[in-house]
Amino acid sequence: MLAFVLTLVLLLGIVIVLAYAERKVAAFMQDRLGPTEAGPYGSLQSVLDVLKLLQKEDIVPAAADKSLFKLAPILIFAAVFAGFAVIPFTPDLVPAGIGIGVFYLLAIISLDVVGLLMAGWGSNNKYAMLGAMRSVAQIVSYEIPAGLAILSVVMICQSLDFQEISYQQGALMNQFPGLEYEINWLFGLEALGINTTTIGGITTWNIFRAPMLLVAFVIYFIASLAESNRAPFDIPEAESELVAGFHVEYSGFRFAVLFLAEYSMMVLVCLVAVILFLGSWNTPLPNIGPVSLAYWTTGTVGSVSGILWGGFWLLSKTFVLLFLQLQIRWTYPRLRVDQLMHLCWKVLTPIALGVVLIAGIWRLLMI
Amino acid sequence: MLFYIFAVLAILSGAYMVLTRNLLYAGFSLLITLLSIAGIYVLLFADFIAVTQLMVYVGGVLVLILFGIMLSSRVHDKSVLSENVNKVWGTLVAGLILVGLSYTILKANISSLPWLQEAETDVLAQQKSTVQSIGVKLMTDFVLPFEIASLLLLIALMGAAYIATDNQKV
Repeated sequence: MLAFVLTLVLLLGIVIVLAYAERKVAAFMQDRLGPTEAGPYGSLQSVLDVLKLLQKEDIVPAAADKSLFKLAPILIFAAVFAGFAVIPFTPDLVPAGIGIGVFYLLAIISLDVVGLLMAGWGSNNKYAMLGAMRSVAQIVSYEIPAGLAILSVVMICQSLDFQEISYQQGALMNQFPGLEYEINWLFGLEALGINTTTIGGITTWNIFRAPMLLVAFVIYFIASLAESNRAPFDIPEAESELVAGFHVEYSGFRFAVLFLAEYSMMVLVCLVAVILFLGSWNTPLPNIGPVSLAYWTTGTVGSVSGILWGGFWLLSKTFVLLFLQLQIRWTYPRLRVDQLMHLCWKVLTPIALGVVLIAGIWRLLMI
Repeated sequence: MLFYIFAVLAILSGAYMVLTRNLLYAGFSLLITLLSIAGIYVLLFADFIAVTQLMVYVGGVLVLILFGIMLSSRVHDKSVLSENVNKVWGTLVAGLILVGLSYTILKANISSLPWLQEAETDVLAQQKSTVQSIGVKLMTDFVLPFEIASLLLLIALMGAAYIATDNQKV
């Protein structure tokens, strides 16, 4: 219960910061100023936006399917929020550390799709329906390259537990029950003979432990943009043609929930990318001889310093990825449907399959 | 306690799915049925099965069903309603199955089954999930059914791709 409340509060905070960052980054990239009035540098703008949304009237269209229309935002947010349950925030803080976390996350996110269909249908609006259809087609297709990229990580790490995958990517690996005698080699190659188990830092991140995961990371990041309906894959919401896609009929609090769900999805996919590829809550600084930077910037597991350092590294890496998402949105034009499907099925999926194959072979070199 | 909540939810939504005339509502109540069955699987320590159920049925099959209903109903611009046909035969077959199943269940003396008495209550023991043992079993004892299933899926995939292509050359 405590984990539920804590995660929700943390998520709300991140989303508010993100909404502000989105406007500021957009303004910066278009050579504007962005919000300036509320608070210093307009930093209270998104708080005021939320307050404004909460005061608005909750309009349910007369011709809408009322029960579905009302239920849809709750289902969408619940599906996304349930994904946060398995995310480890620090070395010893994880809401629900189940053994099949990665698999659970993939499954629970697909519930989101049902909610989108519900919203699109319930609105009884052609724009909403088209938006929902496009969104679902896109999410279902892009789950395949994303799933394959995640699969290659799972093959390298031999685990479906997010916490175990996190421990493997740092100097603390041997403290995890079951991993006491594991050894990390540079680039995962035992033949090189360079033991990085106690060096930690960036040398044990998954993208360095097994270099082809760098390709998997890029594939996953592109696919995750599509899954959270971000530009350049935003044809489901295409403001200029579909008005706003599936949530065109929503207002007030329900719109706020949909908005929150969308931004939570962005945060979730970035967190997953950080945990699977970029070393999770581990520090990027390695131990160099007597200068044990990795231990200094990790703290002790179970104490306050461990929690603070872990949370700091995880969130700062996540914010870097989120910033990248925002930047991409204002850099690339929107893809057409055929280009979208071409990219997914003829480019990303074959490459991802190749990465899975190489990951299988690489794993044999690691032990 | 949790089991009863999930069981009641599954039965109620299942009954609603059968009784409602609106196909779309039937689809959405199927969602609740599948979710509560996944919950029951978790209570039975079958976490992998539960998540697979979510992944395959909710994420795949159900979405396809809903997609199909929505695409077909928008053509006529009204919700798709199912019709009642074969009332007599339907009731008869359903009733017979009910009688047969209840007879079998009542006849079977479940609590005295040997494997049930020998089974340990600590199912998971040392391991964190059932994935490891399922994987080992699939690659040793059940490798033939596993491979045949994958072959079947491959054939279905090729068939779908063939049906979907334009037959311009023919």
